[in-house]
Amino acid sequence: MGEIVRPARIVEGRLRSLAAVYGGVMRTSMIRTVQYRANTLIELALMVAEPVVYLVVWQIVARTNDGSVDGFTAGRFAAYFIAWSWVRTFVQGGSPGNWERRVRDGSMAGFLMRPIHPVHQNLALWVGFGIARATMWIPAGAVLVLIFRPELHTGALQLLVFPVAVAMAMLARTFTQDTIGAGAFWFTRISAIGSIVGLVELLTSGRLVPLELLPGWAQAVSWALPFRWTFAFPIEALIGPMSSGRLFTGLAMEAGWLVVMWMVLRVVWSRGIRHFSAVGG
Amino acid sequence: MASAVVVDRLSKHFRVPEREAGLRSSVASLFHRKHRIVEAVNDVSFTIEPGEVVGFLGPNGAGKTTTLKMLSGLILPTDGTATVLGFEPFRRDNEFLRRITLLMGNRNQLQWDLPAIDSFELHRAIYRIPRSEFVRARDELIELLDLGDLVNKPVRTLSLGERMKTEIADSLLHQPEVMFLDEPTLGLDVTMQRRIRTFLSDYNARTGASILLTSHYMADIEALCKRVIVIHRGRLMFDGDLSELAARFGTSKTIRVQLADTDTPAATAGAVDAVVAECRDRGIEIDDARPADAEAAAGAAESHFDGLVTLTVDRSNAPRAAALLLERLDVVDVSIEEPPIEDVIDRVFADG
Repeated sequence: MGEIVRPARIVEGRLRSLAAVYGGVMRTSMIRTVQYRANTLIELALMVAEPVVYLVVWQIVARTNDGSVDGFTAGRFAAYFIAWSWVRTFVQGGSPGNWERRVRDGSMAGFLMRPIHPVHQNLALWVGFGIARATMWIPAGAVLVLIFRPELHTGALQLLVFPVAVAMAMLARTFTQDTIGAGAFWFTRISAIGSIVGLVELLTSGRLVPLELLPGWAQAVSWALPFRWTFAFPIEALIGPMSSGRLFTGLAMEAGWLVVMWMVLRVVWSRGIRHFSAVGG
Repeated sequence: MASAVVVDRLSKHFRVPEREAGLRSSVASLFHRKHRIVEAVNDVSFTIEPGEVVGFLGPNGAGKTTTLKMLSGLILPTDGTATVLGFEPFRRDNEFLRRITLLMGNRNQLQWDLPAIDSFELHRAIYRIPRSEFVRARDELIELLDLGDLVNKPVRTLSLGERMKTEIADSLLHQPEVMFLDEPTLGLDVTMQRRIRTFLSDYNARTGASILLTSHYMADIEALCKRVIVIHRGRLMFDGDLSELAARFGTSKTIRVQLADTDTPAATAGAVDAVVAECRDRGIEIDDARPADAEAAAGAAESHFDGLVTLTVDRSNAPRAAALLLERLDVVDVSIEEPPIEDVIDRVFADG
């Protein structure tokens, strides 16, 4: 028997180590995006097609209604839905079904055996996908801009707020999906709950229609839920006009929901993992 | 030096739902679900020293994989304790996870559509392996496992054996000090099994890693493990040298006799029959396992009769039977052997 070989490790701080791991996982998800190029292009096409359908419909409504709907001109609709398609491409953040599949096919064990929390692995994975897809979106976005002529009112402060708002939206959305996905530790089928949450998100996030066009009560509901802050707010912050007061209120709401989501995720995951480990892994 | 693995009275009981077949019971289970407790692992204790390779044997459902999952931190024990390299597995400290590996022959960890070389890079990033160390370990594993260009092909295009080799390489890039291997040669052809066995043996000798290995292929166990732990229905049945297992559970021995006369098979067969009959008259249980010899003796393959006769005798009477054979026949060579380990294991599980 030879001497026991103790493997070498990079000695570094926890944050630096985490950042390096994120870099490695993101790199892999970017490679996967490029590898599955046909699939990625189809998904991108679908993501662009959905807002374009809404955009065309609303532009027709605006034109038949003296050029605008409640102050939304055709150009403003174009700005909203083109920004929509980029934000959605970036903040997708996976789905609860991914966790359900991992639990069912046993690949969850592989996630748990790595020296990094599965939530970090998943987040890094989706940030990587987001960056790759958002980059691949650019040519399609350029074509949309040329065709639909968006009307932007973007100031310097908005340009600074937008990346922060999008980053927080990405985090909050991923945490939400992970929290629902953690239900797979207790229930075999969790996608149905994900679909219900998805429906609420569709109606209150500004995905179907700009929230300013909703009736007052519906806007009030959307104010009380996280989805407008993690989807409509970054879009509105980019296309403007938006006062600095509304910008900071939006950022504060988003940050508040992000903290809430993170705390809920921590509790649900730690209990879920314990339950999962108790019943069989 | 502290033990690598210490398992003390470890138990795992699962509460599993169950129902009868059919629509009626399916509907009934919506309102009243029945459960039963499955005692997957019960009061199991053992230790594994640094550098030791231990075979973990048991039939399907014996509790082997459940034990490996508890030792790697995937499952929380119902009772008892386990420490691996001084860590409590279920806490899943990153430092603990960096020092062990769990390889399950039926699970894939590599990125399915990417070449394995990309998964290796991901492994490097996650385990924080210095670049130079990683390149050295990667190239060494590629060479030892004869992976060559396979690492540059998408994993989905590899054969089962090729995929298993790349899975093994991936799981060893961080040079784990403790390896839990669950059926690492499952579904592989004999050549590939042998190659992986040789590799694991070399790896153990070179790095001093401790290995706990489950396999249904006894050749794996015989080639790699001096010591075996046998578990059946969740309970530990044996922990000791592989040779002791046969001594303890084997009820018979195999006597091989090389006869001098290979020219007259019919006469030789008659002489052997007479000795067998005499043994039985003296109360010796003897199993005349000579189909091939008998065939040869009958003349079907007379020219190939090599004079080798194999008999199975109850353990306590093996010396008496051997003495009688030597006395009555013209013997060139004789050996008394333990029965094949597969037979012993079958017997342990059948009796268990």
